[in-house]
Amino acid sequence: MKQARFEQQYRPEWQALERQLEQLESLHVSKKNKLTLDTFVTDYRKLCHQLALARERGYSVQLQQFLNNLVLRAHRQLYRYNPSLADRIGTFIASGFPQAVRRQWRWHLVSALAFVLSMALVWVLVHQQPEMIYTVVDEASITNLESMYQPENQADMKNERSGDDDVMMFGHYIQNNIGIAFRTFASGLLLGVGALVVMLFNGSFFGAAAGHLINVGAQEPFFTFVIAHGAPELTAIVLAGGAGLRLGWAIIAPGPWSRLDALRLAAKDALPTMYGVFALLLLAAFIEAFWSPRDLAPTIKYSVGAACWALLYLYLFFGGRDGTRKG
Amino acid sequence: MLIDERLEVETPEGAMLSLSLAGPVPRALAYAIDLAIRLVIYGALAAVFAALGKAGMGLLLIMAFVLEWFYPTLFEAFRHGQTPGKKAMGLVVVHANGSPLSFNGSLIRNLLRTADAFPLFYLLGFICTLISPRYQRLGDMAANTLVVHIEETPQIQEQEQGDTLAPDWALSRDDQLALLAFHERHDRFSEARQQELAQLAYPELAPALALQRLNAVSRYLVQGPT
Repeated sequence: MKQARFEQQYRPEWQALERQLEQLESLHVSKKNKLTLDTFVTDYRKLCHQLALARERGYSVQLQQFLNNLVLRAHRQLYRYNPSLADRIGTFIASGFPQAVRRQWRWHLVSALAFVLSMALVWVLVHQQPEMIYTVVDEASITNLESMYQPENQADMKNERSGDDDVMMFGHYIQNNIGIAFRTFASGLLLGVGALVVMLFNGSFFGAAAGHLINVGAQEPFFTFVIAHGAPELTAIVLAGGAGLRLGWAIIAPGPWSRLDALRLAAKDALPTMYGVFALLLLAAFIEAFWSPRDLAPTIKYSVGAACWALLYLYLFFGGRDGTRKG
Repeated sequence: MLIDERLEVETPEGAMLSLSLAGPVPRALAYAIDLAIRLVIYGALAAVFAALGKAGMGLLLIMAFVLEWFYPTLFEAFRHGQTPGKKAMGLVVVHANGSPLSFNGSLIRNLLRTADAFPLFYLLGFICTLISPRYQRLGDMAANTLVVHIEETPQIQEQEQGDTLAPDWALSRDDQLALLAFHERHDRFSEARQQELAQLAYPELAPALALQRLNAVSRYLVQGPT
């Protein structure tokens, strides 16, 4: 069959398919002009066949290009990914997130150890030798820490603090902390070194701050402030580090896969954890901005804080274990 | 026939799709456009929220976070793989099998931007796109995505009428493609150039005659004998 007859014969089909595609691609379709799409799949298969024919018979490049682009558009519509969002968020919170965390417990353990051990080491050092703090933390940060948590300054701060301040700090925590978590995850791709460094750095800084504030007698304002939001915040940073390490390890030791495939699998595997990290940090920012600065009796703050830790870890350890699937 | 930078993808229906991969330069330009858009949005928001005091400051920080991390993801996931910058440059992000970008795919490639931006100015990402046979940066490799050019769809032309002549040699597929390409594009050349090309096929004929004969043969390939 010559090209001209081929075009003549099939052009009405191509035009029909183009009209269906225009409808599928547009975001709003008026009911009046709505086409039925019953034949879309059949038409698409025919088109694939016609493209193959056009190539095999050596029809002109322009015609091939035309058909190729039409196939491409139809392919995009046919394989569009479009499940219901609300359902997926529900399942994710109920079971997906804790399962994803437990599936990668080794990486999260390494990440947590890096954080906890560096924290404990620096904490003990600073506690034993108070002047050590000046080798670990720069002076501006120390002044900053002291002014935030000194008992005498605390009273002033609380009186001055208004709802507007809470909102401002909420924004700050979101922008700062979630940014840090995302960067920690991505830097894990650099052979895991980046994520590990972030964990060691944050652990040391937290240990130094805690040790120093105990030394200067500001432990109560400090611990009553951090205990509640510390649960989601520190956990989320550790999980982001763990997910990052998983990526780095996929490149160092890909196992039976090629490095590229190992990386893809690792990223797919780590993504649910990162959704969870995002949710935990939103929660943490909310608690830190609106609950932690409230001036309440230390017993209340410690009990609420303990409850936060307990609930979070119960959720991570036991959430989504229905006995049918290995967690 | 087709030059480099193309990737052939087979669909489940057995058709071969041909994608045109985008290199670092158009992608960097698209990034620059997006960056400018983000800065303008940020500037406008800053002006509005400045009036709201500290609470406005908090909202501004949240917006800055969203602009930094979710601007590309949301556009790519809900606008058929295109941020405004990519749209301006005629680029689109797709999965490696040519299917449209999913939200997860977009999130992975954009979360890992930080690693591509390491240590400065996307140096690592740039090196990766140069090394990778499919121009992928690290985020693309992890998400298994590609950035491709959107190609203009040519319109099918009405065939011109005229006498036809069967080729007087055994026609190969490459000959046919060359003749058809000539047939479709000869309007863009000057008469003299057309004649020059025609003489490659018929060196023994006078230029005008050679062109006439070549046109007749290529019409024959399109329409068959009249």
